[in-house]
Amino acid sequence: MTSILTNLFDGVAYGMLLFVLACGLAVTLGLMNFVNLAHGAFAMAGGYVCMVLVNRMGWPFFAALPLAFVSAATIGIVLERTLYRHLYARSHLDQVLFTIGLTFMSVAAVDYIQGSSRVFINLPAALQGQFDVFGVGIGRYRLMIIVICGLLTIGLQMVLAKTRFGSRLRAAVDDPRAASGLGINVPQVFAFTFAFGCGLAGLGGALSAEILGLDPYFPLKFMIYFLIVVTVGGSSSITGPFLASLLLGIGDVAGKYYVPKMGPFVIYTMMIVILIWRPNGLFGRTAAR
Amino acid sequence: MSASSDVGYHAQRQARWHYGEAAFWLIVLACGFVFPSRYLIMTDILRLALFAMSLDLLLGYAGIVSLGHAAFFGVGAYAAGLLALHGIVNEPVLALVVAGLVAMVLGFATSFLVIRGVDLTRLMVTLGIALLLEALAERFSNVTGGTDGLQGIEMQPIFGEIPFDMFGKTGFFYSLAVLLVLFLFARRVVHSPFGLSLRAIKNNPLRAAATGIPVNRRLIAIYTLAAFYAGIAGALFTQTTAIASLDVFAFERSADLMLVLVIGGTGYLYGGLIGAVLFRMLQELFSTITPQYWQFWIGLVLVVIVLVGRQRLHRWMLYVPNLVIKQIAGRKAVVAIPESDA
Repeated sequence: MTSILTNLFDGVAYGMLLFVLACGLAVTLGLMNFVNLAHGAFAMAGGYVCMVLVNRMGWPFFAALPLAFVSAATIGIVLERTLYRHLYARSHLDQVLFTIGLTFMSVAAVDYIQGSSRVFINLPAALQGQFDVFGVGIGRYRLMIIVICGLLTIGLQMVLAKTRFGSRLRAAVDDPRAASGLGINVPQVFAFTFAFGCGLAGLGGALSAEILGLDPYFPLKFMIYFLIVVTVGGSSSITGPFLASLLLGIGDVAGKYYVPKMGPFVIYTMMIVILIWRPNGLFGRTAAR
Repeated sequence: MSASSDVGYHAQRQARWHYGEAAFWLIVLACGFVFPSRYLIMTDILRLALFAMSLDLLLGYAGIVSLGHAAFFGVGAYAAGLLALHGIVNEPVLALVVAGLVAMVLGFATSFLVIRGVDLTRLMVTLGIALLLEALAERFSNVTGGTDGLQGIEMQPIFGEIPFDMFGKTGFFYSLAVLLVLFLFARRVVHSPFGLSLRAIKNNPLRAAATGIPVNRRLIAIYTLAAFYAGIAGALFTQTTAIASLDVFAFERSADLMLVLVIGGTGYLYGGLIGAVLFRMLQELFSTITPQYWQFWIGLVLVVIVLVGRQRLHRWMLYVPNLVIKQIAGRKAVVAIPESDA
């Protein structure tokens, strides 16, 4: 019983992490209908920035996290303004090719700069180990992830639902043409959201170094996970991707624990079945129109 | 001339053999005699060309974007490997066909999943199928050899007459023969009414359906055929290298394949062949400059190709040949690529 609860807890932490990593992609796909396979590269960038700051320069972990966000967001906005912007109107094939190219470049570049082995971020002692609550093992680090990601999720939901920017964004996702007809600067909204999504991915990358493992092949290894979150969750709200992330996280952890031999088999089967059953995603409208 | 006979006339003209095509194949054959020390890399190019041709059938003619074409390559590779290893089908050509058929069955079974939904769902499903098969191959390591791959495959002589030699000479001509046969078949297919209907579907599925083309059935058919081709390419891989390992399913293989096709151009069958040659040459060039980081340059090539625009790039590349043809033949150039955006 306790092992079930521990697994559930780990699964939730994993799912929350996936949500922070992937929710930027949901906006890219939903708003601009742009297939961005390079999303993981931004996460990797954030992770490596955090690693360099903490391990090499001796920054405290919690001070490095915001910087991981800022650096990934900066890279995001630069690339969006210089490169991505030209490809919104292109075919999906072009977008796929372009972002695969970017991914390959990022993988080789990080490999060149930092080496190909897995890196670890030195965590403060307060985050290490675990404690028991009624016999259920709770990892301190995972608890922190749940708290941070939970707060972020609530914050995002508030911004989307309550602020003026949120309503602009929702309008633009619903119908970009009508939104721009009403005077909403859709490209600007999108550029800002894109950068923010990349920043979140960078933050997620920094947080995930401990759990998912951070090496130059991160963008390729987890690409499918991000895509699953978005396609299964849909992009009409952030609730869809959030629930999909939790489902994926819990499913993956449970799958690895109870049927370790089947490995990632469980996840892929789940994804294909869901996509066949509901090609438009489990929750609400799909990203692709 | 009525409109319908006009279409038929153009289709027939397109389908006719050009001197350029014969010259192309003669050059390929000549390469086999001119560079006897390079059989291994040339065989590799032929395999890649066949694999790219398979994707071209899907992407260039039917407009299906697949990110998991390595699935069929891998199934073909393992099928051929297992057939040879356990001595089930000893004769290579027969084993090749059987391996192709195995991939074809898988292609037929999965085609129903792929034709549903839009581009994005297709991307996900094709990618998912390839990853699923990779996970399966890893799981059943007692059959597939796991991460070590299938080892100790010994190929029997072709038709029981021609043995495989260690320099890869047999392998090269064997691959070339297979490629040529399959190319001729693909050429026949894409110029048939069936092929024309595929192009109609690619341009506008809704309109194609309105003119009475059974869209889904055509897509299933071409997907199955492409799976067969990819399976044959995979089987050739196993037969000529005597190894099959987990990386036959790798995502990189599918992604590289896209690049091959994009370099060569889609929708005219030769794209895959030319792309395979250029891709391997690029890869060689990059790995001599930076052995470990050639992927960076490959990525850069992809990004540049997309940013410049594929059509524009092909116009530039064909500028000189077209000029020459214009001067010599005094007529409109024939080397034009009918490329509409996929």
